[in-house]
Amino acid sequence: MLSCEKLTVRFGGLMALNALSLQLHEGELLGLIGPNGSGKTTFFNALTGLYRLASGNLAFGGRDITGFTPRAIYDAGIARTFQRSRLCLPLSVFDNLMVGNHRKLSRGLWFNLLRRRRFRAELTRQMEFARTLLRTFNPRLPQRLFDAAGSLGMIDRRRLEVCRALIGEPKLLLLDEPSAGMTHDETSELMDDILAARERIPGLSIILIEHEMSVIERVSDRCVVLSFGEKICEGSYQKVAADARVQEAYLGVE
Amino acid sequence: MTTQSPGRPAVWPGLVAVVAVAGFCYLFLRVEHQWAVAALAVCAVVAVLAVRRTAWPALAGAAWSEHPTVLGWISLISALLFIALFYENHFALLMLATVMLYSVACLGLTIQFGYAGVVNFAGAAFFGIGGYTAAMLTLHTGLPHLLVIVIGGLMAGLIGSVLVLPLLRTRGHYAAVITVAFAILFKSFLEVNELLGGPQGLKVPGLRILGWSFNSNVELGRDLEVSFYASYAVLSLALLAVTLLMVKRLERSWVGLSLDVVRLDETAAAVFGFNVAWWKLFAFTLGNVCAGIAGAVYAMMIGFVAPASFTFAESLILVSIIILGGVGNPIGVLPAAALVILLPEKLQVIQEYRFLLFSVFVILVLLFRPQGLLPRRLREYYAGWRRA
Repeated sequence: MLSCEKLTVRFGGLMALNALSLQLHEGELLGLIGPNGSGKTTFFNALTGLYRLASGNLAFGGRDITGFTPRAIYDAGIARTFQRSRLCLPLSVFDNLMVGNHRKLSRGLWFNLLRRRRFRAELTRQMEFARTLLRTFNPRLPQRLFDAAGSLGMIDRRRLEVCRALIGEPKLLLLDEPSAGMTHDETSELMDDILAARERIPGLSIILIEHEMSVIERVSDRCVVLSFGEKICEGSYQKVAADARVQEAYLGVE
Repeated sequence: MTTQSPGRPAVWPGLVAVVAVAGFCYLFLRVEHQWAVAALAVCAVVAVLAVRRTAWPALAGAAWSEHPTVLGWISLISALLFIALFYENHFALLMLATVMLYSVACLGLTIQFGYAGVVNFAGAAFFGIGGYTAAMLTLHTGLPHLLVIVIGGLMAGLIGSVLVLPLLRTRGHYAAVITVAFAILFKSFLEVNELLGGPQGLKVPGLRILGWSFNSNVELGRDLEVSFYASYAVLSLALLAVTLLMVKRLERSWVGLSLDVVRLDETAAAVFGFNVAWWKLFAFTLGNVCAGIAGAVYAMMIGFVAPASFTFAESLILVSIIILGGVGNPIGVLPAAALVILLPEKLQVIQEYRFLLFSVFVILVLLFRPQGLLPRRLREYYAGWRRA
């Protein structure tokens, strides 16, 4: 469903992504790994339209999305989380969720200012929707619906970020190192949540950037390894872990 | 007190707050003696500090968020009564109307800076565009004056759109510098433009709506003569009430949410499909329209417009009002505007040092209460929505 052809991103003389080609099938969970600076997050930024491609083609769901703005890419059904949490901390948990759900909200000025009764009905529906989604991640989260996102603990913030990406019902979810800054147990808890969400939403494809190899081994269907902006290996976790080039990229040569 | 169901806060602490504020304002406007004014100002500071240690602010705040409609109407009626009490006092009414019109302009800045995060250090310029538009249209055309006021607002919005392109291409300090440049340019432009009266400015005919002139005193019966400023005060109050309602509703809607996201994190906003450029354009233009409308009414009330009234320094006053009040809290604008405008007028001693004092005051607020006198709170889409 996602097909990347020879994506290249340049920052001046630096090749951040060098002719990266990658295919993703519907419902697949792809693990994206590689040492620091190998271009994983750059790939996400290029995919979501934040960085401009120097060359290459992107197709999603049979449609060419090369050169689309971030907004058009969101509308096409790609949602993401960020490595360093990008929640709006001063806003409530509910508001943060609604950010992700923004496509389905009535944004007309007339409606928002003067149709307050209908606005209220829409709001009540959205609150129910938000509570249901939060409950599937953590039964205690719906009680925090009206608290500032900044008052949540780290793991609940990550959950909220994943919920914010999921609430707009994307077809492809990009998770940029969801375990960053969390303990081992928390990471494993969050991964359970993500696997459960995947069970509930048939056809959802996920690309997961992760450093923790045990996590990748546990959840991914297939792995792609990047090094210096190039794909150096692709296949099942076992195959990738055994590959000499991958070991070299991670550990260096003796 | 009657028994209250535990979930629903009572309305009376809110009422007490309204009465206390109105009472204090009454005293403050009535006293003339300089020492009495100073004493009242000190009393207010002490009272605020004392009340902050009690449960009252929380109670009053809860009452307001629970019963905004009732308390809003009560405040509006008290404001009308207030104007009625000062019916023959030109000075007090002029001050009231000025505070209210400046508040309208600052509500415009609240939409821009408080919600969408678009800085505007040219607030007074847009206020002035409204004023000059009103002057030119009333002097040279026979357009109905209500329409003139609206056009004044639209002109401010339109001219503001000239700045939109450079504003969208820059962020933070750089965007601020662009608006500073515009504010200074605007004043120089007025000073050299003969058509607009040059440095002397223009005389503006008084407001006339449906044949009723705002600039003549109203005689009620034989001995009762109402100051003509009362009509302007009532008009300003109506304008303030409508603007405040609009800004509040804007905040309590998906539009307010969109503006907040654009301010807090442009990257996340773009990734989640928000049209960042559109929302900035929307907020900037709407804010300028507010300032322009307020400026048009102000020019007609004062009777003249001159470049010296719309300087960069005046723009800084508008910005300091929203910082003092609490950025993003429309209600905070009101006490801040009252403080910044009334205090130097009442305490003549300060007049000359007003900029010095404001600077000190803004620094103190930023040091000890960085979120302003009345900090913005979490969004409430409607009263009691948390129980839904």
